[in-house]
Amino acid sequence: MNPTTSLASRIISSRTVWICLLVVVVASTLPLYVSGYILGLLTIAYYFAVFAMSWDLLFGFAGEVNFGPTFLIGLGAYTAGILDNLYQPPIWLCLVAGALAAVAGGVVLALPALRVRGPYFGLTTLVAVLILQNFVVVAASFTGGEIGLTVPDVISIDDGVNYWIALGFMAVSGAILYALSRSPVGLILQASGQDAIQAGALGFNVTKHKLTAFIISAFFSGLAGALLVFYLGAASVGTFVDVTVGVQVIIAAVLGGRRTILGGVLGAVFLIGAGEALRPLGDLSTFIVSAMALAVVLLFPSGLLGLLTRTRDAR
Amino acid sequence: MLFWQILIDGFAISALYALGATGFTLIFGVSGVLNLSHGALMVTAVVAAWVAGGDFGLNTYLGATFGVFVGFVMSLLTYFVVVRPLQQSNKIREEEKEIFILTATLLWGIMISELIAYLYTNNAKTVLPIVEGVVMLVGVRTPANEIFTAIVCWLVIGVLWLLVNRTRAGKAVLAASMNPRGVTLLGIELSWIYIAVWAVYGVLVGIAGVLLGMFLGVSSYSVGPLTASAFSIVVLGGLGSVSGSLIAAYVVGYLETMTAYLVSPAFRTIPALLLLVAVMYVRPRGLLGRR
Repeated sequence: MNPTTSLASRIISSRTVWICLLVVVVASTLPLYVSGYILGLLTIAYYFAVFAMSWDLLFGFAGEVNFGPTFLIGLGAYTAGILDNLYQPPIWLCLVAGALAAVAGGVVLALPALRVRGPYFGLTTLVAVLILQNFVVVAASFTGGEIGLTVPDVISIDDGVNYWIALGFMAVSGAILYALSRSPVGLILQASGQDAIQAGALGFNVTKHKLTAFIISAFFSGLAGALLVFYLGAASVGTFVDVTVGVQVIIAAVLGGRRTILGGVLGAVFLIGAGEALRPLGDLSTFIVSAMALAVVLLFPSGLLGLLTRTRDAR
Repeated sequence: MLFWQILIDGFAISALYALGATGFTLIFGVSGVLNLSHGALMVTAVVAAWVAGGDFGLNTYLGATFGVFVGFVMSLLTYFVVVRPLQQSNKIREEEKEIFILTATLLWGIMISELIAYLYTNNAKTVLPIVEGVVMLVGVRTPANEIFTAIVCWLVIGVLWLLVNRTRAGKAVLAASMNPRGVTLLGIELSWIYIAVWAVYGVLVGIAGVLLGMFLGVSSYSVGPLTASAFSIVVLGGLGSVSGSLIAAYVVGYLETMTAYLVSPAFRTIPALLLLVAVMYVRPRGLLGRR
């Protein structure tokens, strides 16, 4: 990458950007001829894609596995939901509150997590999810416990409008996250993730950069979670906080292609789409989706995006 | 009175946790793998024993043995199908292998638990205990099965300790956990050590699973919590340290039992989680961890 060309000219000449733009434009025409059922599915998939992309940012940068993306997502979702239940402020206020809560949670999580390496980082994040889960269940009067809470306001009832909101949000978040990953700041972050010692030796403040990555990931995850609450009209532990949901986020990101950001979209759409398509098979559907995901992980480590772009796998 | 009840119940459950955690930490210490399909393997062993008792009509001893055998087979299957291909893959960068193995074992675990749910439904299954009846111990009515569980767990742990510390093969395994390359320099075939470790892990998981099935019963829902509790116990004790996990298992087991008796069974898992948080903040290495 030649640093002397401006960011703008690089964007215009990048093939990836044009392909993504094309995909977004085509996708936005979907409500014209596709059923509400599929639109609903895609809406959820798009929010899920933001979860996956945020996770990929953290993974690509911190270089460690975050087992608890649902900690951040759940914080965002529940804060927005509870706030709406208690005071019924305008929706955008709830969204902002949700995003901020997630960011705060991200900072609190980052403090112990960044001091430890390897599997301990993953464990810290996992513990955070378990604690949130337990907290939600125990403080049931407040949060609706295991049954979940319903939210009085919804952004819109129309399938098409919800779809466009989700698509727009995903496109914007994706653009920001992707641009970040390709920018000089992104490169520093990648270096910090892959070899923190060397990056530190080169004079970069590794901790500060990793914390930044955490905050950005938390912001988008929380915001997406809050938006999803207002789409579904309800929140529960099983849909937002559970470890299994976090696992699906990770699978979506790895399946789509780790460290690519954009792969998260492919992974999320595939996961949610396949899960729905196989629903008639009942319990076997999860088995088949997991088996397919496992096959991809074992045979095509570059993920779906790698398959599509026929990236040569790194040695 | 309550004190003795807590003491005895806690002891049995902790022993069970200890057995499961020991296997988990063994695999991590030697193979470097955090096997997230741990719970799934345990449940498979139980279901196999249950099927043996029900569909095949075998008696409890044979059923239990069959369960352990299935655990053994599943563990080796996990190693050869999921873990080894990734460890030896040249398409993935070294630093990324860990997350791929983590994701893969997770997926594998989900696959297994879903398959079990599909074939045998989600209902809880128990295995007929080998030892039946109730015994009066220090004035507390205790199922003889509980005492049997505790004894077997400790016997197995003891045998494991003997194997690792007193036999040549065991010492090779210990050495492999400290310095794999050094072991190859001594002319010992590393791949055989890995296979041996996974085989032993399979037996441990099988026994722990079958005992759990006899004691409390399992369902495909137990898979996640089982893996999670093994995970947290091993972190508490220190990844890679067997004695650490033993101690931690008892700490967690007693914390859970005390909470269940004194506060409420619904809050059982909370004190262990809080303790885990405290450990993360204060001493991430765990009690006796090496790294």
